[in-house]
Parts: sequence; structure tokens; C-alpha cells
Amino acid sequence: MAQAVGESMLRVEDPALLTGTARFADDLPVAAGTLYAVVVRSSEAHAEILTLDTAEALAMPGVEAVITGEEVARISDPLLAAVKRPEGYCLAIGRLRYVGEPLAIVVARSRYEAEDAAELVRLETRPLPPLLDPVAAAEEGAAAIHPEVGSNVVHDRRFRYGDPEAVLGAADRVIEMTVDYPRVLPCPIEGYVVVADYRAGDGIYDVLANFQGPYGLHTVMARALRVPGNRLRLRTPPCSGGSFGAKLAIFTNIVMMCLASRVTGKPVKWVEDRLEHLVASGSGPNRVTRLRAAVTGEGVVEALELDQLEDYGAWMRAPMPGPLYRMHGASSGAYRLRHLAIRNRVVLTNKVPASLVRGFGGPQLYFALERLMQRIAVELALDPLEVVRRNLIPAGSFPYRAPAGALYDSGDYQAAVERAVEEGGLAELRRRRVEARAAGRLYGIGFAAVVEPGMSNMGYLSTLLSPEQRARSGPKDGAIASATVEIDATGSVSVTADSVPQGQGHRTVLAQIVGEVLGLPPEDIAVAAEHDTGREAWSVAAGNYSSRFAGATASAAHLAATRLRDRMARLASQKLNAEPEQLVFEGGRIFARGNPDNAAAFYRVAGSLHWSPGSLPEGMPPSLRETAHWSPPELAPPTEADEINTSLTYGFVFDFCGVEIDRSTGRLTIDRYVTMHDAGRLLHPAIAEGQIVGSYVQALGASLYEDYAYGSDGSLLAGTFADYLLPTAPEVRDPLVLHLETPSPFTRLGAKGLGEGNNMSTPVCIANAVADALDLAEVRLPITEDRINAWLSGAEPPRPERPGAAARATPERRARPAALSGRNSYLIAADRAAVWKRLLDPDALAAVIPGCRRFEQQGERRYLAEAVVRVGPIRGAFTARLELCDLEEPESLRILGEAQGALGAARGEGRLLLVEEGAGTRIDYQYDIDLSGKISSVGSRLLEGASGLLIRQFLAGFARQLETAEGPGAAPAGRSPWRRLLARLGLGR
Amino acid sequence: MPILKAGSKSEIGFHLNGRAVIGSAEPRMLLSDFLRHEIGAYGTHVGCEHGVCGACTVQIDGQPQRACLTLAVQVEGRSVETVEGLAGPEGRLSVLQEAFRANFAVQCGYCTAGILMSVEAFLRDCPEPTEEQIRDLLSGHLCRCTGYTNIVCAVKAAAAAAAAEKT
Amino acid sequence: MKPPAFDYCRPDDLEEVLELLARHGEEASLLAGGQSLVAMLNLRLTRPRVLIDISRLEPLRRLERRGGALEVGAGVTQAALAESLRDSEDSPLLKLALPWVGHYQTRSRGTICGSLAHADPSAELPLCLAALGGSLRLGSARGERELSAEDFQLGPLTTARAPDEMILAARFPLPRPGQGVAFREIARRHGDFAIVALAAIAEGEEIRLAVAGVADRPAVRGWHHEEATLEEALNAFAWDLEGYDDMHASARYRRDLVRRLGRSVIEEARACRS
Repeated sequence: MAQAVGESMLRVEDPALLTGTARFADDLPVAAGTLYAVVVRSSEAHAEILTLDTAEALAMPGVEAVITGEEVARISDPLLAAVKRPEGYCLAIGRLRYVGEPLAIVVARSRYEAEDAAELVRLETRPLPPLLDPVAAAEEGAAAIHPEVGSNVVHDRRFRYGDPEAVLGAADRVIEMTVDYPRVLPCPIEGYVVVADYRAGDGIYDVLANFQGPYGLHTVMARALRVPGNRLRLRTPPCSGGSFGAKLAIFTNIVMMCLASRVTGKPVKWVEDRLEHLVASGSGPNRVTRLRAAVTGEGVVEALELDQLEDYGAWMRAPMPGPLYRMHGASSGAYRLRHLAIRNRVVLTNKVPASLVRGFGGPQLYFALERLMQRIAVELALDPLEVVRRNLIPAGSFPYRAPAGALYDSGDYQAAVERAVEEGGLAELRRRRVEARAAGRLYGIGFAAVVEPGMSNMGYLSTLLSPEQRARSGPKDGAIASATVEIDATGSVSVTADSVPQGQGHRTVLAQIVGEVLGLPPEDIAVAAEHDTGREAWSVAAGNYSSRFAGATASAAHLAATRLRDRMARLASQKLNAEPEQLVFEGGRIFARGNPDNAAAFYRVAGSLHWSPGSLPEGMPPSLRETAHWSPPELAPPTEADEINTSLTYGFVFDFCGVEIDRSTGRLTIDRYVTMHDAGRLLHPAIAEGQIVGSYVQALGASLYEDYAYGSDGSLLAGTFADYLLPTAPEVRDPLVLHLETPSPFTRLGAKGLGEGNNMSTPVCIANAVADALDLAEVRLPITEDRINAWLSGAEPPRPERPGAAARATPERRARPAALSGRNSYLIAADRAAVWKRLLDPDALAAVIPGCRRFEQQGERRYLAEAVVRVGPIRGAFTARLELCDLEEPESLRILGEAQGALGAARGEGRLLLVEEGAGTRIDYQYDIDLSGKISSVGSRLLEGASGLLIRQFLAGFARQLETAEGPGAAPAGRSPWRRLLARLGLGR
Repeated sequence: MPILKAGSKSEIGFHLNGRAVIGSAEPRMLLSDFLRHEIGAYGTHVGCEHGVCGACTVQIDGQPQRACLTLAVQVEGRSVETVEGLAGPEGRLSVLQEAFRANFAVQCGYCTAGILMSVEAFLRDCPEPTEEQIRDLLSGHLCRCTGYTNIVCAVKAAAAAAAAEKT
Repeated sequence: MKPPAFDYCRPDDLEEVLELLARHGEEASLLAGGQSLVAMLNLRLTRPRVLIDISRLEPLRRLERRGGALEVGAGVTQAALAESLRDSEDSPLLKLALPWVGHYQTRSRGTICGSLAHADPSAELPLCLAALGGSLRLGSARGERELSAEDFQLGPLTTARAPDEMILAARFPLPRPGQGVAFREIARRHGDFAIVALAAIAEGEEIRLAVAGVADRPAVRGWHHEEATLEEALNAFAWDLEGYDDMHASARYRRDLVRRLGRSVIEEARACRS
């Protein structure tokens, strides 16, 4: 039976998971009287809060509190981040800066009641123009979304290594390109869960949350809660349902729920739902990278300039801007270039604050680097694989110090590439490409070579400071991992560690490691995954991120087990009369090498320490509990020249794939995907393979399906799983996974971090294949059928000319996905003065607002309306404000309107132009309406239908009224005004 | 005709994994919440509450269904099967569960319960599925960890093991 | 994501259902399979005061050939219809389209008539009913009426069903001898709502092409087949649908699909004329 480290033993986690007895955060019991929270969120991307009225919500049955930003500011402090300004609290105060931003917490006896009340929190706002494009937001003179900061660019630093300007200046060829990497969600299937209990008597916040670390965030939370670290006890559950980076950003919610518990005096539980996860949990940052490379005629890159502009959304949340710096030392990737210039800028926009996503900075960097390599090949008419080969760091140069400071621990990139080419059957793909192209089909091959970092240096983020600032604040470096191994009086072994797994099988691998050191079957080792900051060892690097387990936590566990084994060996050596170094631990026995009969049972030796501490060897502590803390010396702080070894281990990933594209549908099929990994020694090959395939499929999502799209008004379009498209089984072409193992000299077991590599390599590998298939210079993610079709298709067959249809005024109706806009004309058999009069008659307006329940004048040409709007079964109550302005009697006017309701917000304007035509009047109208909030994020696919219908209803009502009042109108008889209107809007038949 | 008023709880009797149970719920309570927080059957997980992710899939009268798209009151008098009912006596893993374990088809395990309930029903209808049929079946579930490869292998292995058991 | 509060009734027979509908009208929603309704409840997009559960009404599960059509009762699930068509020739088009409706796990509960009542412009079943020129039997305490698919589905999520009415059954015309059918769908992922779904019916030299996912409801056009004018006819149809951009596809892409796949489904349908 496979059990040893390096073998794929069955996972110890699985029996509980397969029988439904495993316990996740929401499965654990809570105290009687626990309250349930719902977070009220902004449906607007950018607005000033005028009033926030919680009275109605507070009066609902079961509601105990409604907490707003102002209360939060009284009892807590802002959330710290590495970029000091802007400084914000866990709830919005005064201004809303992204759709989904928390603005109030409703706490009630049940989640159902809390949701009922949350709908009644009333908000009045003044809209501000949203800033969404990072380039525009970064321009000088762009309105700052945080006026107190003055600029949306909150960080700007330049770095140079070698002499990039000189090399670029003297180069044969300079190749330039700009690439965009989009926002992507980690999207675990389990969302956030927090149970917070403020114990006033002890002044302690006791929290259970499926937090993933790093525990450096513990400091941020404790500071915000105004307590010392030891008054914030943070516990994690036994099981966590995936994370991929997501469960770091839960920390702001932990602060929120702690405050809710403090305000109500009761434990408060919050279970995030999918809508809020999609809209507000945090996505990866989008990045615009401008590259310039000095290239020789042979395709060798001699110098590289990277200008990286990264969009972090509305707030900087710790540990941002991590993605911009996590890769910093390794910015030259797998290549041997020595001259490097980097400019890093952080820009803020009206999007959800960026957070961790598996790959963390790698996808953005490699999308730029590897697209560049493909472009170099195209521009120099070289084979792309040959360009990669000519630039790879030579075998035999490891450990290799990259120009920006990364110390690549080990590798043989050439061997990895050649084996992949051979075993992955590249020659066959090339043949298929020739055949496909000969037959007129579209086939492309893409490559990607990436260096995959593992175990981040806790000092990497300090690279964003200038050397002088760093000197003032003191060095930051290393990354402490900890693990505890304990042997009880019966000889049974328990392990805890700081790795907070979310499905990676850490318990299994820790059992293997400790079992192997102590000579016990791993299934006998009890490994507890839950972690408690009040009881277990931890430090700022604790947690599950940056692929730190195999390098870090595994090393700490190995060290702790080894120390205990040494102690046990000293104990046993007395009994066995043999040198401790001679003793072998195997099969639950301890014996002298070469003399297995001279043995002591493991449990007896352990029992002797517990039962007879008086007879221990001199100087031995009376304990079989060992906590090891491990921090590798290679993780030095940034140097004065800004060199930083950003990670401890550097794996190598080399991918290639063949894709075929169907001309008629734009559909892309992956013919074959080959991914070669060198992650050092594999501790558990099946788990490693599972990580690689899982990472690959997430990357497939980012490449082809997932589109975290914002409308131009800042509303999130992909608000449900019907629109944010995670890959499902039929979309997946299984990859061929290959391994090379060059052990890391810097970790105790030779293992490197793995599991993020394909998030970095796969998007660009597929993009390169598509670029090859379609001969494209620019490829944008996600590569949807629609985009491929646009790249493929030439001019469209024109709309057929129709007699009598010439004056058609409806063009391509919607240029922007979230906005409804259009123009049309309407003929009324009434004179212009009458039409004008009616337009200005409040009673007439009241009558045409669908489902109007209340209508009142609130000033000169200003009205307030409450209406229940229906589209089919969809129904929502809205409060609308309308204003008529720019009146030019009797010719034109503008209607400004905004509506707020539980389904979201609508805001827009219409312009009406009255033209005399014969005896009647023609109204030319045009409208632009933006919809945000639930209606926009949930129903974006139906938006044109559902919310389009709202405006059409209004217009239809208006038309109907005018016509009934002013005569039969211009419409053909026998058709309802409704149908007529649809026809005029181009929707009817 | 039963008429249940909004906001008031009523008793719901049904069979859960072969045993009669009774719980109480107001009309709007979802079966997923009812099973978990009223009955205490936490094995069924909740992932999206709009019927897409499949994590909450249970069987009602033998048919796989989304518990989040089912009201608790709808299972009155029905038989509900959940992941807790799959294993044999003393927690002995079923052929299907064993296949998932042997093929490393589980990572975080959050989506697993729903997938098992689907596959269990599916293999009754279709004991010798092709890979395409398996992937089609799995399209009703989101798994964010495994990339599905090992789940497909596990379903194949379970079908093969069940066939071998028969002969 | 929890539903708002509502009353729940489970009538014992159809009369009670119609009586409740007459009493509550717009305030009531019918719960059959719940695959759209409960999701919308959870999203709080809809908020009926009364939910009328018809999922246990045995008489609504009737599935029979009647008057030249396959009549599918309001309680028939998508899975049950697929099962009944497995070895039957009663509706080759539905047989092709049903595997594209949702997923195995939702077809087990989702009903045929529920999908028609929901009237999603991208859904397959309304497309099939429109393509075949089928109809719906609607019932209320006031009596019964039959509406053609075209008269029934008025717009996105919008139908001609009166608030006190329910769909009793959908009538899918039985295939006529010599007919050939084809179905094709492009969705982002397997089981997603269609970007474009097409159904073609060929009978002699006559063609009927139905398209979902482009206009605000399924659109049907028929013409006499002539190879020389096919391209023109498809282009005109594609433009006349007045499709729009959404986050998954542009209007242009949808038109391209109608032009290109329109041709291929027509060819396929013509090829399988018996």
C-alpha cells in the first residue's frame, strides 16, 4: 500500500467528505441566541450618500440592529494596507465607490428575516461619474475617486537592473506591445462564513471563520477592532470548501461581524451568499502592461522594459498591491536576459477592491512575457519554440540569481522542454496543423514557459517602498512556518500546523511526513486542520497561499517530527543500549540498525517519558510535544538596489497546446494540451497532479469562459452562476501532465510550491495558439466565440433594403452592455401645444408610470414616484425621482430620472423633441438608461428583455395616454398601442 | 387542501435516508436550509442557491434534484436521500464512494455530496455510460478544485466495479 | 438569497387550483417544477403572496396523442417526456432538443409547460413549440381556450396567460410523413441558455426555420426552398430578428450564427426528410 512520502496514499480526508460527516464552517454548532447578519450593498458604482435611513428596517420583526458606516467609525479604526492612502473602514461612509460595497449590516433572529429587513434600508444618493478604465483613471486630471488622496494613481515606482536604457537604445530590433489581463474570480464553491462573538467580560473577539490567512492580516483586523492581538481569537473550521485566494478577503467581513456582535451583545453569524460573493468578494486585479524588448536577429531578448499599470478597484486592501510585487524578483521569467526596467503603477477605479486569486500576479506577468515571445517569433519569422529555447536560462546555472533578485533554486529547463516536446507529441501537433491548414481549417499551436514561485518572502511587499523608507521602517524578510507534533502516553501521534488547507490534502501529506520520520503508519497519525490563534503556533506567514505548503509547512512538520524522533531515540538508546544515531524507526518499533531483534515498541518508549519523567536522560525536557518554527535564510530583505528574492522555490512549467477553431461558430476546441512541471520532489504525486489539473481548468475558465465584466456605468454584469461561467466537465479537455523532479536545495524535503503554475501558463499558452491559428497580433481574454467570430469575420452582409423601411431610426441599439439607449419617433394626431401641455401635466405623468402607487410634486418640475414595476413574474418596488429640465416651449425638453429599489437602481435621461408634422405632432425621443444592482447583475442576459421592458412600458403608457386623450393617433387600427410600440422599437413582428 | 400561512411554521414529515423524520418550517424555507439547520443533516452543501452549482443535489423519490430549488414543504410524505445515506453499515464506503476515493476525485469535498447523489441516480438509469454521457451528467455540477478529470475517472471506475459485482 | 414570505397551498384537484387562481390572480404563482420560479424567489425577483403547488396533481401528468398532437400535461417533467420519446417517433424535434434543456438534475423536476410559461427568449422548448406551430391549452374558472405558440409568447418572460389562467397542456403537432427536422444550439457552455438555437422543419420543398436567443421570443419564418435565394433569405431573417448585444454575444455574432447555422440546419432537415 502506497504510504511513503513520494507515494500517492489514499487521502485521510476523504472518508468524512464522502459520507457527509466532514464539518465545514456553516455546519458547526452555534450558541443559542446567535443572530444572523445580512450585508446591505451598494447598487451604484460611484455616488455620494445623501441619506441612509434604517428606521423601517429596524422596525421589522426579529431585527436587533442595523449598523451603518457612521457607527463603525465610532467603534473601529480604518483597515491598514501597505499603500497608506486612501484609508477606509469596513463599511462605506459618505460615498459609495463600487457596486457591492457594504454600506450597512442588518442583524436579525434569522437570515430570512434579516433579508426581509435589508430590503427596507433606504438610501438617497447623488450620482458621480464612475471611473472604470485604468488608463483613463490614471491620466493626469482624472477626477480622483478618493478626493483626499488627490490622484487615482496611489503608487508609482520605477526599477532598473543592469543597463536597460543603453541596451534598448543600441538594439538591432525593439519589439513593443501592450497587453491587457482581465479580472478573474477565484470563486470557491463554498462562500465566506463568519461567526463572531464579542465577549465583553473578557474584552475578546472570538471568531470562527473560513479564513485562509496570511495571518499578517490578523494584525490588520486587531488594529481595526482596537484590540491587542491576543484579544482577537481566530479559529478556522476543520474543512474549508476551496479558496484559490478568495478566503483572504473575508477579513473585512470578520471585522464587520465582530462589530455587529459588539453592538448587539450576541454572537453574530454571517454566511455569504453567491450573489454577494460574485459581486463583492474581490477579484484579481486587471493589468495593462506595455512591453519593450531589445531583441537580436536570432530572437534573443537582451533587455526588457515592463510598464505595468494595475487596477486595484476602489480600495487598497491588505496585502495589496501583492500581485504587482509577488513576482518582482522573477520578472524576467524563465529567460536569461540581464537588463530589466520596470515601472509599477497602482490605479484605483470604481470596481470591487482587488484581492488574491490563485496565480497572484503570475498570470498578469506571463500573459505579457509569453505573448511577447510569440510576437518576437512572428516578427522575426522564427519558430516560437526556438525563440523560447534561445532565451531559457541554461541548465547548470542553478541556483540562478535573476536580475531583479530572485534566486531560482534548481531546475533544468532545457531537459523539461525537450521531454515535453518528445513525450507530448509536438511533432504530431505540427503535422495536424499542416493538414488542417491544407484543408482550409484553422489550427494553431501555442507555447508558454513560466517560472512558478512558491512560498512568498514576507518582505517582498516592502519592495514598493524606496530604500530610504525601508531603512526607516526596518527590514522585512523570511516567512515563518510552524508545525506541532505531539506523542501522547499511548504512543499515538497528533499533528497541527499553520497551513489552513481548503482541500489540498495537507492532512494526508503531513501524516505521511510525520509517519515516515517516526516509523508509524500514516493513517495512525491524527492531523487536525483546524487552527486557533489562541492555542496553536502561528506567525504572520501562516495560512494557505503562495503555494507555501510543500516548501514551508512540510519543512516545519518534518523538523518537528525529526526533533521528536531524536528525543525518542535518546530515550530508546538507554533501553536498547545503542547509540541514538544508530536507531531505526519502523513499523511502530525502534531498533538498532543491523539488529532488528533488539527493539523497543514505539508506544512503550513514549509512555516511559509520560509516566516516568524522573528517569529521563540528563537535560531532556519532560515533553513529547515539539513545535518547530522554520524560516529559510534565502528569503532576504530587499537590497538597496531593490533586488528581492520574492519566493523561496521556483518551479518550472512548460506548456504547449494545439487548438482548432471552427469558422462557422468561432468555437475553439483544444486538440491537445501538454503541461510539463518541475516542482522539485513530489511529496504526493496524485495530489500534485490534482493541483495541476485543477489549476489548468481554472485557467481554462479565465481563458475561454469567465468574464468579470463591468458595464460602462460600473454595474457588474456577471452577477450569477448563469453569467459568470465556470468551466463544467464537458468543456474540459484533459491535459497531459508530465513531471521532471529537480529537488529544491532550500526545502527540507526537496519539494517546491505547485498548484498555481497553470493559472500562469495556460491563459497565455492558449492565447498564443489562437494568435497562431488566426494570425493575430492582439488577443484578449476571455477568448469567447463572439470575439473569435469578430476576429475572423470580414464585412457583414448588409441589412436588406426594403421598400418603405427606409426611415428606420433604430440603429444597432445598444453599444454598451449595461446601458439601454435608443431613439425613435412617434406620431400623434394632436397639435403641438396640446402635446406639450400634457407632457408638463403631473397628473398625466403619474398615470403613465407603470404600477404607480404614489406620486407627488417636490418642487418646480420635480416629482417623486413610488411604483411597483412588473415584467412577467419579475416584480420590484421602486422609488423614482423625476425632473423636467431644459424646457424650450413648445419644442423640446429633457427628463432626468433615477429610481431605487430592492432590485437595483436605474438612472437615465430622455430628450424629447416635438416637431409639427401635418396636423399632428411628431415626438422624436432618445433615451439613455443605466441599470445597476441586482437587476443588472442577475439578469444581464435578460437585461434587454426584462429591464428593457420597463422603459418600453413607460413609453407605451405615455403613448397610450396621449392617444386616448388626443384622438385615434397615427397607428394602424386593430393593434394595441403596446404592440405598436414594440413594433416601433423594432421588437414586434 | 393544505394551506400554510406565510410566517407560520408547520410540521413536515418525510423519510430521510429510509428513516421517518419530522421537522418544522415556514412555507418559504428551502429544503437545503431545512435539511441542514432543522434536521441537522449537514452533508448536503449549499453553493449558489439559484440552481446552477449542484452542490445541494439530493434525491427525492429517487430523482436527483436541487435542494435549493425545492421548498421544505414540498417533501412532505416524500423520501429524501442524501449523502449521509450512501455508505453501508458502520460507515463502509459504497462502490461509488470507494471509486471517488481511489481516483482522488475529491479535493475540498464541498461539491462532492451533490455529485455523488447525481451519479448514484444516473448509474441506475445508465449503468454503462460513455465518457461523453458522464461529462454531460457532470455538467450540472460545478467543481472548482479537481478540473473534473478524476471525477470522470471515478464514475467510470464505479460503473465498471458495479458491472463486475453483478457478473 | 432566501425567498420572501408567501402562503403555500397544495390543492387536491384542478378545480381547487383554478379557484385559487381566480381568487388570487396576479398575487399567485404556480409551482410545478420550480426550476425557474424558486430561483427567482431566492433572488427575490418575484414575490407572489400565494404559491400554488401543482406538482402532485396526477391528472396534469398526462402525456398522450390527441387530435394530431402530442399533448403534454402541465405536470410532465422534461425527463419524463424525454423518457417517453426514447423509443417513439412522436416528436423527433423534441427528442433532439430535450438534451439541451438545462441539466440531468433539473430536467428531473423541470416541466415542459413550466418552461413555456416562463417564456425565456433563449429557451429550447418555446422554440420547439413555435417551430412546430404548436399550441397551448389554457384553463381558468371561466373556461378553457387554446392559443397558438405565437399568440402565447408575447415577449421576454411575458405571455398571454391571464392572471387567473394556467397552462393545462402544451400541444406539439405530431410529425407528418415526409417531414425532416434538425436542431442546433450554440451556448457558451453545455446546458447554458442558448446564444442562438435553431430548429428547422423541411417538408417537401417547404422550409420552416425557428430561431431562439436573438429576438425577444422565438421567431419562425417559412419559405419555399430555393438554393439560389437561401443565403438572401437567411440574411433577411437574421437582420429582421433585431438581435442585441449582451455580455455573452454581440448582435453581429448572433446574426452570423443565424446565417451560417440556419443553412446547416436546413440542409440537415432536408436530408432527413423520410
